[in-house]
Amino acid sequence: MFQATPVNHRNLSRQKLFRFLFGSMTALLILPVIIVLSTLIYKGAPVISFEFLFANPTNGMTAGGIFPALLGTILLVLGALIASVPLGVAAAIYLSEYAPNNWFTRAINIAIINLAGVPSIVHALFGLGAFVIFFRFGTSILAASLTLAIMTLPIVIVATRESLQAVPMAFREACWNMGATRWQTIRRIVLPNAVTGILTGVILEVSRTAGETAPIMFTGAVFFLPFLPQGVFDQTMALSLHLYVVSTQVPEMPEAVPYGVALVLIGLVLIMNSVSIALRMYLRGKKKW
Amino acid sequence: MVVPDSQVEVMTSTATPIKLGVKNLSIKYGQETALDNISLDIHEHEIFGIIGPANAGKTSFLKAINRMDVFNPEMQVDGLIEFSGHDISKVRNVYGLRSRIGVVFPLPVGLPLSVYDNVALAPRLSGENNKAELNVIVERCLRRAALWDEVKDRLDSLGSLLSGGQQQRLTIARALSQEPELLMLDEFSIAVDPVTTMRIEEVLKELKQEMTIILVTNLVQQARRLADRTAFFLDGKCLDIGITEDLFTGEVSDPRTRDYVEGRFG
Amino acid sequence: MNEKHSQPRRAVDFDRLNRAWYIDKAVQLLVFIGGISAVIFIIGIFVFITKEGLGFVIGDFSFSEFFFSQNWRPTSEKQTTYGILALIAGTASVTGLAMLIAIPFSLGTAIYIAEFATGKTREYLKITVELLAAIPSVVWGFIGLTMMNPLIIDLFDVPVGLSVLNAGIILGLMAAPIMTSIAEDALKAVPDRYREAAEALGATRWQVIFKVVLPAAKNGLLGAVLLGVGRGFGETMAVLMATGHSINIPGSIFDSVRALTATIAAELGETAVGSQHYQALFTIGISLFVITFIINLIADLIIRDVSKG
Repeated sequence: MFQATPVNHRNLSRQKLFRFLFGSMTALLILPVIIVLSTLIYKGAPVISFEFLFANPTNGMTAGGIFPALLGTILLVLGALIASVPLGVAAAIYLSEYAPNNWFTRAINIAIINLAGVPSIVHALFGLGAFVIFFRFGTSILAASLTLAIMTLPIVIVATRESLQAVPMAFREACWNMGATRWQTIRRIVLPNAVTGILTGVILEVSRTAGETAPIMFTGAVFFLPFLPQGVFDQTMALSLHLYVVSTQVPEMPEAVPYGVALVLIGLVLIMNSVSIALRMYLRGKKKW
Repeated sequence: MVVPDSQVEVMTSTATPIKLGVKNLSIKYGQETALDNISLDIHEHEIFGIIGPANAGKTSFLKAINRMDVFNPEMQVDGLIEFSGHDISKVRNVYGLRSRIGVVFPLPVGLPLSVYDNVALAPRLSGENNKAELNVIVERCLRRAALWDEVKDRLDSLGSLLSGGQQQRLTIARALSQEPELLMLDEFSIAVDPVTTMRIEEVLKELKQEMTIILVTNLVQQARRLADRTAFFLDGKCLDIGITEDLFTGEVSDPRTRDYVEGRFG
Repeated sequence: MNEKHSQPRRAVDFDRLNRAWYIDKAVQLLVFIGGISAVIFIIGIFVFITKEGLGFVIGDFSFSEFFFSQNWRPTSEKQTTYGILALIAGTASVTGLAMLIAIPFSLGTAIYIAEFATGKTREYLKITVELLAAIPSVVWGFIGLTMMNPLIIDLFDVPVGLSVLNAGIILGLMAAPIMTSIAEDALKAVPDRYREAAEALGATRWQVIFKVVLPAAKNGLLGAVLLGVGRGFGETMAVLMATGHSINIPGSIFDSVRALTATIAAELGETAVGSQHYQALFTIGISLFVITFIINLIADLIIRDVSKG
């Protein structure tokens, strides 16, 4: 009954052609990166050891470990989280639960998009002008963390807002009907059901913050520091900047060292991202209504 | 018409003061008129029935009483609604007002909390944290909503994952847990089987001793069984209001009321 | 049943402003502060970079020299000049090449994921794309420096592998995953009934895609491209490490160039706070801010328009 006419035939083969074309474009986009990452692992893995992770760099950073940089990155990320998570969650609650649909809310949304879209080096300039110079924090962990916090604020806001809005409106209305205030409704019904989604966003922010280089270059991170930071007003080394330094600034650097640093950095970032994705998938599988 | 505060405080069983006074109430959503110039009084300890076909403005009426217009900028309420003599448009703490009014809407919503927490939520919101006291409230409300026997062994399971009929009764239990002065039921029997409906109807007759009840229903016979007085809404207007039995025996002021209760349209 | 609750609560006290009411108001104020913080920060960024760069803008700043001279000689002994034309050319050439690579590949990938891939394959592809987008820019720079550089020298027999080509490929690979995600969202936003209607008329898959889905998703795809441009434009570490960092108006893709962002990153550490050089770098920052702000705004307007329709 349905005999293949010549036209149909041509259409079908063309469909196969397009499927193949788009499929190979996908492969061409993904494969090179996988090859590159494999090379990174192949060349970097031999360097990774307990000593590499937990010792100080020696011989002008050509030997020894990366502990100060690793610790510095952790401190910067923690600082950024402390500043941005409460602020970001508050902003998302406002936008999702309170904000009226008017020009002002639109202005906030545009601001969020631009905070995410402004070049990282401009964030660095802002951090230098505002935190280092104007607020007199000096080049310090505090100034660098705050710069990172402002830069990654949109990630927390967007992830939190999405998970808040995923809670059905009917639950809120049922709660309001019983005489609950907006905040009681948020605290007892909305937030408990959004918390895993918020966590997903926070982990994503960690991964993003850990990899940033430009914003911390002039605000708190330094090439080399002979001692560990003692407080928030101290400078620090950082993994991302360390990778830049060992791969461009140090003569006679053994090839393996920058590979090792790159591998640690990318491992940190990708593990964090994978955790975030896994959490999201788990969340999707868990049905609460 | 306005009942002074002092009079509310000295409630006696012989007097039946006005619980809810409505005067010239109109509700609009943008340009759409949902309710047009309604005036009626509902007395304490009566079951007041509201019947009428879809889009008659019944649900909007309940929403206005509960001040849900706060959450919907589109919804525009004009006219006077007095709850126990208080003009509700002048109420500062709308949450306090809502906590005195229990509502059950036709679509059941079990909150994503345990069955126990669903029913304990309202008492907790008003500051009740005594475990023993909460246990008593939860059991009483679930029994009254004819749900206790089905869930007493799984009070920890999620309320939002119960069956539709069970969620509806959970919603009723939740409304009762507020110990409301006014209980408003909007087509509560849609998701509930006939036997359970009858059980809940019996409970409503008892509850009349404790509270005032507004029963919005699409089942005219349900109104006849339960309501002391009944109003007939059509296209946003209140065409008839009177003793329920009168409406069913033909003592109506608008012929369409007779047509509706006799099932000629709906 | 129990005496405690047989006493009806007094009706008159419901309008008392209780603790819950005050807490609700306080929280409303707190989260509002969170909400406006984003606006305050974006204004703060503009104010502070303008404040630092202002001295140059109102002082020795010559519009035509700044934007149309290709001489960027901030440390010259004889005569310092601040012309960013070559830097603009560097940024533009790298971003242009990156888009030439990223646009077809990201659109192709988005079409494959949204229209051809199914089930698990689709899920895995989406996760992979998301992970690719997470690779930090300094790692991309490192890849350009250590892997692409020798590869380009070998393949094309050129003396230097740090060039427009290198940075363009790196930047293209960086921008593509983000563009893919946004483009895929745009394709997914096209209602299935469009596809079904076209298929009911006898259209094949590729006809549906080309005649129905792509035109319907046009704005979202344009938004994706714009955001990719904004991203490439503002990228710093990768272009700093992969372009060769020499001031040049490129004649071919094998020439080394220097980008606007990279210039700030490389030179700011060497300047004294408040010096003319320092202020000139902030003036570049102001230009970057304004341009990316406009690009993001337009992209947002276009994408928002899609989600509305």
